[in-house]
Amino acid sequence: MKLLAIESVRKVYRSTARSAEVVALDGVSLMIERGECFGLVGESGSGKSTLSRLILNLEAPSSGRIAYDGRDLTSLGQEEMRRLRARMQIVFQDPYASLNPRMTVHDLVAEPLAIHPEAGYRDRGRRTVRVGELLGTVGLKPEHMWRYPHEFSGGQRQRVCIARALALNPEFLILDEPTSALDVSVQAQILNMLLELQTRLGLTYLFISHDLGVVRYVAHRVALIHNGRIVEEGPVGQVFSAPKSDYARTLISASPELALQALLAP
Amino acid sequence: MALLEIRNLHLYMRSFEGDAHVLNGIDLTLERGRIHGLVGETGCGKSLTGLSISRLVPSPPARYAAGSIRFDGRDLMEASEAEMRALRGRRIGMIFQDPTTNLNPAFRVGEQMIDVALHAGQVDSGILGLGPDASRAERRAAACRLVVEMLGKVGIRDAAARVDDYPHQFSGGMRQRVLIAMALIGRPDLLIADEPTTALDVTVQAQILRLIRDLVDEFQLGVLLITHNLGVVAQVCSQVSVMYAGSTVEDGPTRAVFRAPRHPYTKALLAALPREGLARGELKGLAGSVPSLLTPPRGCRFAPRCVHAIDTCRERRPIAEEIQAGHTVACLRAAEPVA
Repeated sequence: MKLLAIESVRKVYRSTARSAEVVALDGVSLMIERGECFGLVGESGSGKSTLSRLILNLEAPSSGRIAYDGRDLTSLGQEEMRRLRARMQIVFQDPYASLNPRMTVHDLVAEPLAIHPEAGYRDRGRRTVRVGELLGTVGLKPEHMWRYPHEFSGGQRQRVCIARALALNPEFLILDEPTSALDVSVQAQILNMLLELQTRLGLTYLFISHDLGVVRYVAHRVALIHNGRIVEEGPVGQVFSAPKSDYARTLISASPELALQALLAP
Repeated sequence: MALLEIRNLHLYMRSFEGDAHVLNGIDLTLERGRIHGLVGETGCGKSLTGLSISRLVPSPPARYAAGSIRFDGRDLMEASEAEMRALRGRRIGMIFQDPTTNLNPAFRVGEQMIDVALHAGQVDSGILGLGPDASRAERRAAACRLVVEMLGKVGIRDAAARVDDYPHQFSGGMRQRVLIAMALIGRPDLLIADEPTTALDVTVQAQILRLIRDLVDEFQLGVLLITHNLGVVAQVCSQVSVMYAGSTVEDGPTRAVFRAPRHPYTKALLAALPREGLARGELKGLAGSVPSLLTPPRGCRFAPRCVHAIDTCRERRPIAEEIQAGHTVACLRAAEPVA
């Protein structure tokens, strides 16, 4: 069953200074099935982040349609959208930049619960209990609750970001380069945790990354985006072993991760 | 004679909490015409090793307790600041991760490069192709020609016109090319490249790496490529040194080290990378965390996280031993049959 349907989406930014147009997305269509991990690969400026902003309805497409669970995002009122947003969450690349340094881990993770009173955590005591649970879910300890972000390593901070994203029991997570800022050994821990959470909580992922090795490991299907267009899409094994487009071939031959895998192959 | 030979380098950093033993006996040999990868995770000391070669670690807080850095036979640890200044930007070139912060946004790119060329020309007038008694105007004109030539070499099209552009008019990849050109002006024998492609896109990264490799072939440079990305090492480095918590734990030909790693840390690092055919959830993370360098473990620094550690490992610091021609491992149990 499909959770997210993106149909011929186009996004144009107009620069007022020079009346120049920047076409960030040019006729993008994608379907994301419930329960899958969909990989999105593209270089800087390809339109990946614009796409995730449109999915979260932080911006509206210039044309085209994005439907989440069968409902057109552009047709939703503000209140409906606020409720829907609780079901979709995002984890960003840089855990140093995405946590307010002046808030404790408790407050950071409890914030979504406070913003969405309908989730049933109006009471501060109940929120604290929930924060404790969430920290356990992401492999942190309850006593970490009263510390500040600077007291944690990059991997632990990313765990806090994930706990915060999971606070409202979402069904869909956009993971925007979630491990790109982390060391290899920490990346492995976070990737495994994300996969385990996906199975346990029945989550759907949109996994954005430039690391083809990571995408091949986590994603079921993958789309390559280049200059605002989807240039190739398909099951991850197929795209990587038999790429059809020139861009996919270029990307695969340039990838250090795949070069390393080739070197290690028996 | 090797171009660069680091032996038993120990570096302490003074901090408010005490002295951190950040480099714990670094050994490294780099030959001319080679790209030598220096890999390790955040905080393992790879950048400090690079900066130590050009003696750019301010002292204090740094204190070198032991060791030598022989560059072309000369011990840089004994060199005076004046001698070092003559080497930097001349025989030892450096490029860093972020090409944006390494260019002055207020000056034209050509102007910044001409400064470097004039400086290099002061140390060795041959670089500008002039005699020692050339006039200022002649030197400047020659520097300008050299800059355009170098920019052309690193693949910047229409270099003669681009010298008048400011850094912001170049893309990230182009800026990194500018910095490489700048580092090459002094005709270095050794290029220290500290995460030169980390800020770049994959396809641009591949271009820059290819460029570095071509330049190595053309000029017989020795390159020390500092990176956290094992894939980049696989792409361009013939030799690799793996660092962990201030020590070089394994060193050898890239293929041998990656295909048949002997140090448990190298093994764990490679096992933590996704590879083909691996089912979801099968990736092996590395348990535990890097030790504090203020109170490092007494013996092997990897022992607390090592599944093969025995009591001796916690007592005695392992010395690097050659297990195969050119492949050295600092592990007390390296000689034992592979676990």
